[in-house]
Amino acid sequence: MYALIKQAAVAATLLLFSSFAGSAHELKHGDLVLMHHWVRATPEKAPTSAGYLIIRNTGKTADRLASVESSIARKTEIHTMTMDGGVMRMRQLVDGLEIPAGGEVALKPGGEHIMFMGLNGQVEEGSDVTVRLNFEKAGPVDVTFPVQKKDNHMKHGTH
Amino acid sequence: MNGMKVLRYVLWGLCGAVGIGLGVLAFRAFEQGTAPGQQISQAGKFGVPFSLVRHNGEPVDETLFEGKPSLVYFGFTFCPDVCPTTLTDMTVWADALGDDADRVNLVFVTVDPERDTAGVMSNYITSFSDRIIGVTGEPEAVKDMLRGYKVYFSKVPLEGGDYTMDHTAGVYILDRQGDFAGTIAYGASEADALAKIRKTLDRS
Repeated sequence: MYALIKQAAVAATLLLFSSFAGSAHELKHGDLVLMHHWVRATPEKAPTSAGYLIIRNTGKTADRLASVESSIARKTEIHTMTMDGGVMRMRQLVDGLEIPAGGEVALKPGGEHIMFMGLNGQVEEGSDVTVRLNFEKAGPVDVTFPVQKKDNHMKHGTH
Repeated sequence: MNGMKVLRYVLWGLCGAVGIGLGVLAFRAFEQGTAPGQQISQAGKFGVPFSLVRHNGEPVDETLFEGKPSLVYFGFTFCPDVCPTTLTDMTVWADALGDDADRVNLVFVTVDPERDTAGVMSNYITSFSDRIIGVTGEPEAVKDMLRGYKVYFSKVPLEGGDYTMDHTAGVYILDRQGDFAGTIAYGASEADALAKIRKTLDRS
């Protein structure tokens, strides 16, 4: 009987932890699944930072990340970066970013990202940044982005 | 006769428009560095003399690149993504070189001297590594240096009076004479980068 209780306790603990781990990496928002969100830690007095995440659309219609908001910077925008003949170019995506039906869009270093311009203070490793993502169909959602020095998800595989 | 007069005005107007157009083009060519896509095709004599300042405020010239090989990155501190990633990579490579790390210069030259003063550079760089030497200076002197090292840079306005810089990404490898020895592309693996750095070190 005691062994059974112990097993149940272990199972419950495991379940609890796995659900926590899941919530740390994945958020459901309507038909969208938001994953691997993080914001880049900055040097003291750095003017800018960037945020990243993967957005999966499990729905049958396309959605659009129309705009982003945060209180950590003067401006929070959706930007893209391209490499063209060895030249880096960064531009604002004024119309936002389409998330195709059944598809996935990755905002990641060297590509699309959430751009924080005119930081109000240092973005310190280990802290959190709340960003509101405004989706055209799924509506707004506040997401807590952990602040990291680099992409901790890279070593777990490719995305 | 009246018709001739109108025609004459129209032609003079056109001349004026073409003149303004040429002026704008000339100005843009002047503002920018090397044309995008223009790659350095071969190793050899490279660069120009320059007189700039280090992030600690001390003067620096082209002899910075002499005596040991250099890894040189051209970027700006306003850059949220590629620049911090590259500076972090350079620090990681230097650490991986172990005892050989002191045989390489790590240099970060700004393409945005208006905003990246020595003080700004110093603040920024030291959060990555004490090994990196920041280079900035009088905006025109920095731009001359960038053109001399075949670096593309272009100021691009953003909304609300902000601006960003398009610029050559990737790390230049210079040999101990300061001559061009290769590049490490943005996103290159650590193994590839180290192989290129070691090759240059072995020749030195």
